[in-house]
Amino acid sequence: MTGLSEFQLKVLALLQEDARTKPELIATMLDVPVTEVNEAIAAMEKDHVIVKYATIVNWSKLHDEQVTALIEVQITPERGRGFDRIAEMIYLHPEVKSLYLMSGAYDLQVEIEGNSLKEVASFVSNKLSTIEAVLSTKTYFILKKYKQDGIIFAEYESDHRMSVSP
Amino acid sequence: MIREASLQLSEAVQQKSMNSYLNESVRDIKPSGIRRFFDLVSTRKDVITLGVGEPDFVTPWHVREAAVMSLERGKTQYTSNAGLIELREAISNYLYSNFDVGYEPDKEILVTVGGSEAIDLALRALISPGDEILIPEPCYISYSPITVLSGGVSVGIETYAKDNFKLTADSLLKAITPKSKVLILCYPSNPTGGIMTYEDWEPIAKIVEEKDLIVISDEIYAELTYGTKHVSFATLPGMKDRTILVSGFAKAFAMTGWRLGYACGHPDFISAMLKIHQYTVMCAPSMSQYAALEALTNGLEEKDKMIDSYNQRRRLVVKGFREIGLECHEPQGAFYAFPSIASTGLTSEEFAARLLEEAGVAAVPGNVFGLGGEGHLRCSYATSVSALTEAIDRIGNFVNKLKQS
Repeated sequence: MTGLSEFQLKVLALLQEDARTKPELIATMLDVPVTEVNEAIAAMEKDHVIVKYATIVNWSKLHDEQVTALIEVQITPERGRGFDRIAEMIYLHPEVKSLYLMSGAYDLQVEIEGNSLKEVASFVSNKLSTIEAVLSTKTYFILKKYKQDGIIFAEYESDHRMSVSP
Repeated sequence: MIREASLQLSEAVQQKSMNSYLNESVRDIKPSGIRRFFDLVSTRKDVITLGVGEPDFVTPWHVREAAVMSLERGKTQYTSNAGLIELREAISNYLYSNFDVGYEPDKEILVTVGGSEAIDLALRALISPGDEILIPEPCYISYSPITVLSGGVSVGIETYAKDNFKLTADSLLKAITPKSKVLILCYPSNPTGGIMTYEDWEPIAKIVEEKDLIVISDEIYAELTYGTKHVSFATLPGMKDRTILVSGFAKAFAMTGWRLGYACGHPDFISAMLKIHQYTVMCAPSMSQYAALEALTNGLEEKDKMIDSYNQRRRLVVKGFREIGLECHEPQGAFYAFPSIASTGLTSEEFAARLLEEAGVAAVPGNVFGLGGEGHLRCSYATSVSALTEAIDRIGNFVNKLKQS
């Protein structure tokens, strides 16, 4: 992987803060022509440094019954391919929101979303546990999200300053 | 019954004016224009404010932690009057490596309750009744009132947008009389964002020497310059002994509420200021001093990130004002833009009040900062990009509406 330039990192930082920041505004803030910003963004999109412009949703505001679970999975790695092929078999399922290879007591951490406890349970028993290399699973249901991707979900006043000061 | 009676009594007493008992100077000082404007803003909801004179960053976590740890370890006692010697040593190193000025930690540095106390001490230590204090304006709001409280006479020197609000030799010379004693400098400037380069300082230093002036240099925004490094007035030849350098942790390290600043200068000045300091506040709060020590020891990287972020937002607002059609000189320091609203035909106060009322944007009218401030608006860009963008949009619409009416 090639390293990013300092300029690209600055563009990235601004987009990470707000993916909808317009290239013109970024150009002004970094004091460069807008073409340079567009080029930097295009290059990072092409290299999959920027993967997607997604929206962080606080689903709990919708009072829906969606269930999120974290599953610890122990697996037997395959000769020559390690964990990657088994990981692929897991992450291709659309229910899987994230998948990490972990150091420590287990191998993979799977985050899955379902519409009910039953749905999550059925994913674990029918799809995950049936993969031959999977030795064991431990499922933890998430009860409440306080913070995700650096964003605090609770009602939280972050600016404590007085509105006018000398 | 008795309680009711005494309540009535105290109401009666309250109705009688007690002002005649007050010290005359205190009575005659006008309340700060900023305070008046704050009261106005507080009555409104959903206001975007560009009126805040402090960083929008929270003090870095490890700095807060250092203060908590000092409390946990029970370091809650007085420190020496001049401040922890470790902190004074750190300040000395910091000033030397960042601004090329060297001060002896044991007799040339005094840790104070914010830069504000340092300014107060310096003025009180220097002023004898009737001394004239030269103050380039527009400037921070406290210099003139403290001068008056100390028995001095404040003499404003107007600076202009066409000079990027720099102090010029001509205007300084014009203001000097045989009674002139102290020149107060605040560059980078609150409210204008103006700075002074080495070349700008040279003729000023010459006059200071010739006219035998003492300088109080408020360099609280020293870290916040964009594209050029701050030049401390004390670095000019012969100026170190004539200069009391005042600074603090509020702006560069996002530590406003900690109230921690310092003054550096000739041992005679510092020991005189120390006398007042020891009889009035004893010492700066110990937990703040431990936090400041941590900021100087391990906080320099965060500081640089904050400066970079201010610079990005500075470009955003300056371009925004110019596109609206409001003249805006290039602010090269602090975190304020000071656009001219004179083209709208309104005074600063009218503009600010109507902007608040009709567009829901708060910014401080320039006239509260003294001479040369009328016709301008102080806009702090230490606020989020989304708020700044929205504020510029609203100001643009407001100015367009004014032009059409």
